[in-house]
Amino acid sequence: MRDAERINSLSDLSLGSDCQIVSLELSGLLRRRILDLGIVPGTLIRCIRRGPSGDPTAYMVRGTLIALRSEDAAQIFVRKLSNGEECV
Amino acid sequence: MCAMSPSRVLSEVYGQAECVRNSYLKSFSDQIVADIYGNAEQITKHVLSKKESQRISFDLTIDNLVTSKWFGYPLMILLLVGVFWLTIEGANFPSELLATVLFAFQDQLTLWFQWAGAPNWVHGVLVLGVYRTLAWVIAVMLPPMAIFFPLFTLLEDSGYLPRIAFNLDHIFKRAKACGKQSLTMCMGFGCNAAGVTSCRIIDSPRERLIAILTNNFVPCNGRFPTLIAITSIFIGGAIASYSGLINALVISTIILLGVAVTLSVSWILSMTILKGEPSSLVLELPSYRRPKIGAVIYRSMLDRTLFVLRRSIIVAAPAGAVIWILANVYIGDQNILSAVAHILNPFGQLIGLDGFILMAFILGLPANEIVLPILIMSYLSTGSLQDYSSLEELRNVLVSNGWTWLTAINVMLFSLLHWPCATTLLTTYKETGSKKWVFLSFLIPTLIGFTACFIFTQVVQFFGLV
Repeated sequence: MRDAERINSLSDLSLGSDCQIVSLELSGLLRRRILDLGIVPGTLIRCIRRGPSGDPTAYMVRGTLIALRSEDAAQIFVRKLSNGEECV
Repeated sequence: MCAMSPSRVLSEVYGQAECVRNSYLKSFSDQIVADIYGNAEQITKHVLSKKESQRISFDLTIDNLVTSKWFGYPLMILLLVGVFWLTIEGANFPSELLATVLFAFQDQLTLWFQWAGAPNWVHGVLVLGVYRTLAWVIAVMLPPMAIFFPLFTLLEDSGYLPRIAFNLDHIFKRAKACGKQSLTMCMGFGCNAAGVTSCRIIDSPRERLIAILTNNFVPCNGRFPTLIAITSIFIGGAIASYSGLINALVISTIILLGVAVTLSVSWILSMTILKGEPSSLVLELPSYRRPKIGAVIYRSMLDRTLFVLRRSIIVAAPAGAVIWILANVYIGDQNILSAVAHILNPFGQLIGLDGFILMAFILGLPANEIVLPILIMSYLSTGSLQDYSSLEELRNVLVSNGWTWLTAINVMLFSLLHWPCATTLLTTYKETGSKKWVFLSFLIPTLIGFTACFIFTQVVQFFGLV
């Protein structure tokens, strides 16, 4: 449970781990795009795969696979969920 | 009174207000969006039931292969070669059949014109000019298009294309461009004008301009029948067996060269006139679908094949008439066509082409499809073209006009790297709204084409390889 309280950036997630969005520190058009895709505080997100060279990374959000570059993902903050925890 | 001028105070207050408003609004708007999504989620939970696990695991399995470290890139290249191999092999027979039928009909037309007592020049312009060029364009263009477009639409429909963007994004990022540019390049295979329009999917204006300016380095459907014909004659034909596969490899190499040029030019543009850092990428990777065969055939045939064919026919018909007139109006003892080619010749020779080839490329500005037909027409400008029915005859025509493998490679290089067609230029103007970018989109490929052919020719001639 201690682990669950730690705030990470989305880009630091390891493959296969689940987490919940805490805040978006993006601005401008990108912020709107991200919000439009349903990546909002509280959303569950899972890190699925990385591109052949390690970037971009694909995340599963609300049943959709979305790829983000690590620079952008670094500005999205998340709370790691321990196994089996489900909310919202 | 305060020492500060009122305007300064006001601007400071305004700045602070803006600051507060932004920080407040951000979290506030986040809250609103989160609530909307929360509501939507509640509703979907009530009304939708889905069985998901199987589909998602199927997607994951394919993605594991398609975007893997080791197989991702080889698979992309394999697909590229495969698509062109199928196109070349498949187009071979129908192309010859079409040519035989269409040129046989030309003889029939000639008989009818003679029977009607039409003057010679009417027969010349309409049959030897317009009809023959049309027959050429259709015989050379239609079969490859009718195979390539459905194959491409299949790939598009299956959901594979976004994976290409996913795999290639980091390379484009290094060129300070956007990974989605690879999607616009894919559209460019069909038609560069469509490719330029598709650049709208790129959010950042700077990266969109880069994608527009470099789209022409992908050979479009108007150009690769030319590439295929020339490879088949001079490279695949030289190595008898497996020639289809070798042709496909050559074409793929040319395309990879185009990709390399695209990346370099993107990078150079990012360092110079379109300075900037790569912005963001948000790319959706849709789940794979089984393509609907009927829809694929309908879309690729009606929307693409027939659309492109119609456009090239509209351009080719008047071009055919003009060519015939130029070839049959004499100044002194030389027809206009030869006279112009004669003037262009020294320049053409310098870059390993000749005057006729350069002229064909210039006259092909309205549509790249007609470059090869124009070239053949001009070589045979005496007016009596034997029926074209096989690549072998085409080879004889070209070789007797001094073509070597060096000429063939230069023509392919120049076809890949030269000015965009008029439609693409027009579309670029529509998309950018500025003559400056249109001019640049003309200038950049042209300069690169001349330089590449010049260097290649001079090097080969220096070492005496031809």
